[in-house]
Amino acid sequence: MISPKLVEVGRHLNINIITNSEIKSVEGEPGNFSVTLVNHPRYIDPVKCTGCGECARHCPVTAVNRYNKGLDDRRATFIEYPQAVPLAFGIDTDTCIGCGLCENMCVAKAIRYDDVERESVLTVGSIILASGSQGYDPSKLDFLGYGKYPNVVTSEEFERILSASGPYRGHLCRPLDREEPRKIAWLQCIGSRDTNKCGNGYCSSVCCMYAVKEAMIAKEHAHCDLDCAIFNMDIRTFGKDYEKYYLRAKDKDGVRFIKSRVHTITEIPETGDLIVRFANESGQMQEETFNMVVLSVGLQIPETSKELAQKLGIKLDKYNFAVTDPFAPVQTSKAGVYTCGVFQGPKDIPSSVTEASAAACIAGADLSEARGTDTKVIQIPDQQDVAAQEPRIGVFVCNCGINIGGIVNVPEVTAYAAKLPHVVYADQNLFTCSQDTQDKIKEKIIEHKLNRVVVASCSPKTHEQMFMETLEACGLNRYLFEMANIRNQNSWIHSKSPALATQKAKDLVRMAVARSATLKQLNEKVISVNKQALVIGGGVAGMNAALGLGNQGFHVVLLEKESILGGFSRYLHHTIEGGDIQAYLKQLIAEVTAHDHIEVLTGARVVDFKGYKGNFTTDVQIGAQKENRTIPHGIIIVATGAREYSPKEYAYNQDPRVVTQVQLGDILEEKGARDMSAVVMIQCVGSRNAENENCSRICCQNAIKNALIIKKQNPDTNVFVLYRDIRTYGLMEDYYTEARNLGVIFIRFEADNPPQVVPSPEGMRVMVKDHILQQNLEIEADLVALSAGVTAEDTSDLCGIMKFNRNPEGFFIEAHVKLRPVDMPGEGIFLCGTAHGPKLITESIAQAQAAASRATTFLSKSEIKLSAITAHVDTEHCVKCLTCVRSCPFNVPVFNTEKQIIEIDEAICHGCGICAGVCPRQTIQLNYYEDDQILCKIDALLAGGM
Amino acid sequence: MRLDYPANIKIVRVPCTGKVDLMYLLTAIQKGADGVYVVGCLEGTCHYKQGNFKARERVEHARRLLDEVGLEGDRVRMYNLSSGEGPTFAAYAREMTEHIKKLGPNPLKKWATA
Repeated sequence: MISPKLVEVGRHLNINIITNSEIKSVEGEPGNFSVTLVNHPRYIDPVKCTGCGECARHCPVTAVNRYNKGLDDRRATFIEYPQAVPLAFGIDTDTCIGCGLCENMCVAKAIRYDDVERESVLTVGSIILASGSQGYDPSKLDFLGYGKYPNVVTSEEFERILSASGPYRGHLCRPLDREEPRKIAWLQCIGSRDTNKCGNGYCSSVCCMYAVKEAMIAKEHAHCDLDCAIFNMDIRTFGKDYEKYYLRAKDKDGVRFIKSRVHTITEIPETGDLIVRFANESGQMQEETFNMVVLSVGLQIPETSKELAQKLGIKLDKYNFAVTDPFAPVQTSKAGVYTCGVFQGPKDIPSSVTEASAAACIAGADLSEARGTDTKVIQIPDQQDVAAQEPRIGVFVCNCGINIGGIVNVPEVTAYAAKLPHVVYADQNLFTCSQDTQDKIKEKIIEHKLNRVVVASCSPKTHEQMFMETLEACGLNRYLFEMANIRNQNSWIHSKSPALATQKAKDLVRMAVARSATLKQLNEKVISVNKQALVIGGGVAGMNAALGLGNQGFHVVLLEKESILGGFSRYLHHTIEGGDIQAYLKQLIAEVTAHDHIEVLTGARVVDFKGYKGNFTTDVQIGAQKENRTIPHGIIIVATGAREYSPKEYAYNQDPRVVTQVQLGDILEEKGARDMSAVVMIQCVGSRNAENENCSRICCQNAIKNALIIKKQNPDTNVFVLYRDIRTYGLMEDYYTEARNLGVIFIRFEADNPPQVVPSPEGMRVMVKDHILQQNLEIEADLVALSAGVTAEDTSDLCGIMKFNRNPEGFFIEAHVKLRPVDMPGEGIFLCGTAHGPKLITESIAQAQAAASRATTFLSKSEIKLSAITAHVDTEHCVKCLTCVRSCPFNVPVFNTEKQIIEIDEAICHGCGICAGVCPRQTIQLNYYEDDQILCKIDALLAGGM
Repeated sequence: MRLDYPANIKIVRVPCTGKVDLMYLLTAIQKGADGVYVVGCLEGTCHYKQGNFKARERVEHARRLLDEVGLEGDRVRMYNLSSGEGPTFAAYAREMTEHIKKLGPNPLKKWATA
């Protein structure tokens, strides 16, 4: 997944990668920093090195492979992993004996034993710190036996064990005897949520989800029915749709979840198996034997980041995370210096990617005046016209490490490809997506005058664009390219039948080669970009997105359906950190309304919409007078928000003593907690149930926030929180700890045995079964606060007009959960805030800034290219039956009454091919998917004999 | 997800099932495929709104035509699932394979050799 990103960054003209270097000092101010770097010696010149690996093959020295977490060896001359960017080796001088073999072997003359440490100076306008984290080292926790018992591994080590490029080549086995385990235990919260043993009081946010994932993948890799048990205090699958994954693991795939923190691990010396001692839910000590134990280690800030922060003069918190404000999530304590990812606080990949874009947005705003003054532009060579030439096809077959090569006989497939019609060149590669292979493909295109290229590797969804760019770089039209997916659709799924997989790979390659011969050159239409942005929704997210763009100098129209700005945050008072939401909102609204580049339209409703990326037109009706206005714009940011679920449970709306957390917040703000003697809070109301399987993410912290206010105002008030799992992820764990210290009582209940609330004249009677006491409790409370979940705003009308995709819960769907978390599937359309899924105000702000950043990638260009995959009509043979006009879901084909022909505007054609499918005379063809180009695949497949 | 399904299945990529022409389905059977199936998005979730409904109409049409000429129309089927449902994809692949195995080889192949 990360490989195409690495290549993209490596290939990007305006990204200068400086590896093996550290910051020595920083001087200057925002807009003009002078950064002094220490460039450590690599001992191999990365410019000259071709990454061929001859040096490492001849290196006689064995060193521990840190990349595989010490589970295997490497040479002293090494590269971290095969897809590394830049693809250049280095020498580890701690182990190198200086024998000179590598220097003699290197054809590129890249070895430099005399390389020395250097200094260099960079001038930059903004700085972003994304120094990340390292896994917690559990060797200090002697009761776990890590470092003593070989079959106790960390989750990072287990990741490498499961990886195809890992120490055991993806085979599930344990370190001691390389036997496949039949029973594995995961121990959660190792180095997290632990103020007692390691001092890391925070929750690392990611370990629950990765433990579930590791268990699921281990089950897939296992040859037996693998028993997976995850020992946890709470399962924190709080991200978008994460709960569904957890339920699948628990209910369908039989992963066991045990609520316990493990006491000790001891090894059975004869077998290497491990006895896990733990207290069960009723407090009795139990023992269970496992073949292997995985410690789910938390995220920790490395010492080097601490030093970096000192050099830059930025503040760190007690756990060494960068201090940020709840309302300015990527701004460090020093102007012009921003942060993102785990250095800002523990978080998962989607949140890190989001924050990275947010940091780019804010850093970019500082530099907006200078935009484009220091950048390079790609020079694409003139396209050569190959239309009249006979097809000359080059086939590149990928081993994908061992992903393909370990199953499919790649040399045999390559030899087979070489004999197919029109194929003039065929070869295999270890990783066809790596930078050096791109260079090789270019070389071969020129050398063999190739005019079609077939890559047999993985999915076109992830890799097609990259290969197409490689074609373009040598003057070949990008559409003269075809992929055969011999990994995802072959080696991965037929791994148990290598012979069949090899045969199928040949079939797929034959089909791809046949199709490639029929491919035509296609040219993308270049269109201008309207520099105005449209933001839908004037809540915290929408306003921040508007500011993000406005501060970069782009004009923004901000639509709000209500008569005032603010959205749901108008009903909130404080963040858990104590940030004053109303004060922030007031200042935010003032800033947005006074902004030169932002026009706010309140009481606005979208009534019509048309256009495509770069050139949208939206009609809105404004205010009570329903004044019509047509807005041209280049991009859209959707920030329609969410609301609190209105409970049907627990006598809500029937008894005034049952309120939601938001209402409790109002009561506390107005009257305080003085009159409260006992308050019961019930979690997961309207979340994690049959109607809404997902976790609403914010309710646990909301309950604890209110519980803390009550306890601080009136320590005598008894506060009970009835919960299923407490999900105070990240740094919010400290507030959970504080609440327990202040005497808030947390009682866990099971989903199938929820509490009962019975109103009585004396008070609300709440019945719940306590799992630790194994008793039914009855609590009399004067107030019951329901932690109601998050419900998406009703956007049916908007989606009817603008055709955005929503999930069953009504939240919008992003283009890619991990890699494109704020992009919508439609190009030029972005997403932020609670319209995407439940999230905190701080997270909404970061996401809004991220959406603005992504939108900037469009708005900063004066023109963009459209897809060439559009339908076209052969007007000569068209009988004007109008079937296409009636069938197109987007009303693109129109009958031009003047010219008496059917016309399809390629700028608005979506390229689905429905018109081509319905045309009774086949006079409509869809570029790149013409009938011949599909039928030839069927012919080629069946010509091989089924 | 690396889910196992029979290797006799080969995928032809189309931008949307709405692009699947009746001709593709019939050609496949005519050239000797034992079965053909179209896998589209869940009904109501088509990115292009109606593509999978159009595909279903064509699949039904192909089935009727094949039945008319004495070839089992049930060799052509349509399945719907979302892109997040790998296990369902694999299950349908197995189901289709089992189903075609029960029907036996494409009769056209027998007729051609007879």
